Amino acid sequence: MASFMLSGTTASKISSQLTQLRHQMGTPAVGMVLTLVVVSDESNQYDAVRAATEAAREHPSRILVVIPRDPQEPNRLDAELRFGESTPGEVILLRLYGELTKHADSVVGPLLLTDTPVVVWWPGDCPDVPAKDSIGMLAQRRIVDARSAADSVQAITGRARGYVPGDTDLAWTRLTTWRSLLAAAFDQPVGKVKKGFVEAVPGHASALLLAAWLSERLGAPVKVSESAGPGLTAVRLVTADGDISISRGDGRLATLSRPGQPDRRVALTRRPTSELLAEELRRLDPDEIYEAAIRRLARTHKS
Amino acid sequence: MSKERSVVRADTVRADPAQSDAAQGDAAQAGRAHSDGAHHTVGAHAEEPVAAASAAATASITDEVVAANPLRDPGDKRLPRVAGPCVLVLFGVTGDLARKKLLPAIYDLANRGLLPPGFSLVGFARRDWQDQDFAQLTHDAVKEHARTPFREEVWKQLSEGIFFCPGEFTDDGAFDALAMMLKEIDQTRGTGGNYGFYLSVPPKFFPVVVEQLKRTGLAHGPEGSWRRVVIEKPFGHDLKSAQELNAITSAVFPESSVFRIDHYLGKETVQNILALRFANNLFEPIWNRGYVDHVQITMAEDIGIGGRAGYYDGIGAARDVIQNHLLQLLALVAMEDPTSFEANSLRREKEKVLKAVRLPQDLAEATARGRYGEGWQGGEPVVGYTQEDGIPPDSITETYAAIKLEIANRRWAGVPFYLRTGKRLSRRVTEVAVVFQRAPHLPFSKDDTEILGQNALVIRVQPDEGITVRFGSKVPGTAMEVRDVSMDFAYGESFMESSPEAYERLLLDVLIGDPPLFPHQREVELSWKILDPIEDFWATQGPPEEYPAGTWGPASADEMMARDGRAWRRL
Repeated sequence: MASFMLSGTTASKISSQLTQLRHQMGTPAVGMVLTLVVVSDESNQYDAVRAATEAAREHPSRILVVIPRDPQEPNRLDAELRFGESTPGEVILLRLYGELTKHADSVVGPLLLTDTPVVVWWPGDCPDVPAKDSIGMLAQRRIVDARSAADSVQAITGRARGYVPGDTDLAWTRLTTWRSLLAAAFDQPVGKVKKGFVEAVPGHASALLLAAWLSERLGAPVKVSESAGPGLTAVRLVTADGDISISRGDGRLATLSRPGQPDRRVALTRRPTSELLAEELRRLDPDEIYEAAIRRLARTHKS
Repeated sequence: MSKERSVVRADTVRADPAQSDAAQGDAAQAGRAHSDGAHHTVGAHAEEPVAAASAAATASITDEVVAANPLRDPGDKRLPRVAGPCVLVLFGVTGDLARKKLLPAIYDLANRGLLPPGFSLVGFARRDWQDQDFAQLTHDAVKEHARTPFREEVWKQLSEGIFFCPGEFTDDGAFDALAMMLKEIDQTRGTGGNYGFYLSVPPKFFPVVVEQLKRTGLAHGPEGSWRRVVIEKPFGHDLKSAQELNAITSAVFPESSVFRIDHYLGKETVQNILALRFANNLFEPIWNRGYVDHVQITMAEDIGIGGRAGYYDGIGAARDVIQNHLLQLLALVAMEDPTSFEANSLRREKEKVLKAVRLPQDLAEATARGRYGEGWQGGEPVVGYTQEDGIPPDSITETYAAIKLEIANRRWAGVPFYLRTGKRLSRRVTEVAVVFQRAPHLPFSKDDTEILGQNALVIRVQPDEGITVRFGSKVPGTAMEVRDVSMDFAYGESFMESSPEAYERLLLDVLIGDPPLFPHQREVELSWKILDPIEDFWATQGPPEEYPAGTWGPASADEMMARDGRAWRRL
């Protein structure tokens, strides 16, 4: 892997350096399908870049990592350019100092790939209304993560307020395997669901979303209760014929039970961030189902 | 200066066929009119009753499922298509295909969460085995050949549903035991009487297996459940045998329950032909005789016949590859746009174009065949075909076949389609090259464009999946020199990880009951009608011309192109 440092630089210098490096490497190719902007502080940066580079194996992309540094220092832009064997695309770490921390869009804008989608991901703290953020405005897709918020419950229940089509939350992405399994269980006829229960560790944003989605789709009340974890541990839906339930005690293997049928075990692993991100990058159109779930959650949640 | 090369990668594009289980208008094979006298006119007037079910009338089971399932929503694109509860019964578990492709594909599907809870796999073979022996075989096959990483919890889920039924195909008792076993699995695993039977066995065993399935009542399930049978190529070795083979399965299973696997159709790039042609506006206007000069469809292999002597001799390259893979590629490249990606509409368009295929008058001029002799392939000395184990010295089987076809319709009249395939060629490559006409007028001096070739659009099927566009570009410098450059779109290395194997896609489609990627019996028969006259002609021509292993086939194949003033692409 090649790496190149530029200190006290500008977007246009980074751009020309990139072109030059690519020619030197013998791959003057622009082979990327999207630009992924990661806005992160220095402490989260390593894990975020790792996950993003892994997701880039499925979606070759230019990854721009925006790291705001001390706003008291004089204005300066430092850049680190990485590409090579381990990454199909390119990674550019941008460290912003002084007033520049408020004008990151002026650096990111000229470095976006031409005429391809832009996705912004805030692995840690995120703006209240991502679509109104100066970098968020550049993107079609804005990914946040309620789990990393100081108060996950407050974060997820407040998502509907600032929602603009194209917003999404990794707390929702984590549910796809659960939702897929539940939907598969409902492919066989199931009577009317009277009520339901979702169990998870306290303060679990995904559990609230799952309950909101289930009650939205099934038209029945779904309660969230606490368990010892790890993560989501069970979903139980009460019908006239008996309970349909999925329970997962170890975070890996779940048991599916339904009335009149034998229990079945099914793999239901918690997925790493890179896989969640890869799923997000697969479809870039607005997720209406997510919108319906956060809107219901905002209506029904009593803090 | 070397060719400029730019690589364009894009997200896995998939022509996602309508997710529907179009209840197939059961193709009554009644009017099997064919061969109307004109020996070289293939299926020109062959009128077959088209499947009656029109797209509008057929109920889509998947849509019904969506309607009945409150948790599904067409807008919820994150949720994958998951097969319903079912059992897959695998005949021929010890074969290469099962070990290297099918069992790993089943694991990969499970790993991606696409198999239903309770999914069960039953192996049937003439081995004195217990369930755990078959589970061990599966475990080893998965460890060695699966595409996705091995995860203990996925294996646990899968292994709980692995069963083995020992027995001979002729043994009534074994099949009674199988029927009992399946009933029990329904009880203990909740698979709801839905069975898929995968016949990964030579066609000579089809009659007895199918008969046994009928006798034990396994071929027809109770109301609300499904039974499907999956068969692999070869679908016969000529029209007659294909019809006989079909008579065997269709006597027991309705056509809508028969899934014929042509694994090429499960490949991403092949499905991408449909996306390329019908999702874009860039190519369609020039996709006709007004701009296309000719089309070359190539499947080259660097390997010899390996251990397949028993099967290969007497079959040859044309029956082995052209009849199925290459003619399917031709159909996809040449067909008109289907009204939808539902199975019926797609198959109807493919049939139309296969019916329009014409053979040239003089088969000696428009075909070529060869067989590999001794030579060097990729730096290793290799033996000739007739020295391979199990090949009789007087064999007249070809290992290389090239044919020229024309398509008699408004779009393609006069545009030749050249198909070639061979073993022990220089390297392994499969591609479809659409070669365009030269510019009508070149406002450059003759010297400037001397080395400018024809524009081409190449769909690379394997090994390096992608699309190449070749066009002329100015060589940098003061002189106006124009030369060919190519622009690549690569599914490339970086996509390998996420791009599913053909068998994964096809197995999932079988379990879901989604037939667009499986050739219909009518397509199989039409393909044989194209090939049979050529095979008849070749049978009278003695042994094929030898070509040294590791080269690009016999001289006669090059002469065949030269007569038309063209040349094969150097691959």
